[in-house]
Amino acid sequence: MEAVPINRDLLLEKAQELVASLESPETSDDQLESYIDEINSFKDNQLFQELGKMTREIHDSIMKFRMDSRISNLAETDIPDAKDRLEYVITMTEKAANTAMAVIEEGSPVAEKLGAEASVLKAQWQKFRKRELSADELRSMGHDVEAFFDESELMMSKLLSGFTEILMAQDFQDLTGQIIRQVINLVDEIETNLVELVKIQGETQAKEEPVKKDEEETVLAGPQVPGKETSDDVMKGQDDVDDLLASLGF
Amino acid sequence: MKILIVDDFSTMRRIIKNLLRDLGFNNTEEADDGNTGLPKLQAGNFDFLVTDWNMPGMTGIDLLRAVRADDKLKTLPVLMVTAEAKKEQIVMAAQEGVNGYIVKPFTAQTLKEKIDKIFERIENA
Repeated sequence: MEAVPINRDLLLEKAQELVASLESPETSDDQLESYIDEINSFKDNQLFQELGKMTREIHDSIMKFRMDSRISNLAETDIPDAKDRLEYVITMTEKAANTAMAVIEEGSPVAEKLGAEASVLKAQWQKFRKRELSADELRSMGHDVEAFFDESELMMSKLLSGFTEILMAQDFQDLTGQIIRQVINLVDEIETNLVELVKIQGETQAKEEPVKKDEEETVLAGPQVPGKETSDDVMKGQDDVDDLLASLGF
Repeated sequence: MKILIVDDFSTMRRIIKNLLRDLGFNNTEEADDGNTGLPKLQAGNFDFLVTDWNMPGMTGIDLLRAVRADDKLKTLPVLMVTAEAKKEQIVMAAQEGVNGYIVKPFTAQTLKEKIDKIFERIENA
């Protein structure tokens, strides 16, 4: 903080008056006191001005901080919002997975049944080709074939609508992709703000050794993101795992 | 053949359940972590355990340890299906007595191979 210069001429004048009155035996104590007060007031003025300056500075920085509401918005609104969005991503991906699996669970027995019926018909057909079928059996096969055609038609349209359902369920990829993109942008912004904060904190502290992340290995790493991990410590896939296990006698 | 599938994600349990069904294993049960899985193992006659590693509550590696420490369960074949791919963790699982280790994402073929291999080894032992 810069000191406000003292009016030296005025102070000298007052000081000389004080010395003169001290030297004069007629000056009363009250008068002396008033001279001293007057000189003191120079200091008070100085203090007052300094205080004013400080107040202004504080006021300015508070105003500046208020204008930078983006930071508080980030903390109060955007981060909770991002959490909700990510929760939504989980919900959507789960829903899509369940939709697809429901169709598959429903469709697999249908396909199996049609396959089994086809095998039976094939056997009958082969018997027919070898002329081993009686007239009654032939009639019965005719009915079976007709029923099979009807059922095939129905089941195939069921399977097809199931495929369409699976197809439609993939729309989560687009939506979750967009949401995740938004969250990435938010993380970017937070990073920028944090960098600013570190800069403000001062160079000396910034030059200190960066705090190393806790390298305790018990922390589970989770899914490997392709192209992220370069360490030899991490298996690139099942083949690597198999090789490692083989080297351990598996 | 009765199989217990332990994973905290229901979709992953469902995938494994469907894959096992395709391989001819229809008798499966599910649990969402070791804490719910272990009592099931102790109560039912399971022949095989498929477990994830990273789960809230009791993790897969702790479940494996608990299984190996239990007199009635210690010979139960355990297949780990997990996203954890660090060398150290695979070695740890092997040391704790895992019978097979599959890293996610995995294929139906991998699951079949590993299960076949586990039973092959058990039969030859």
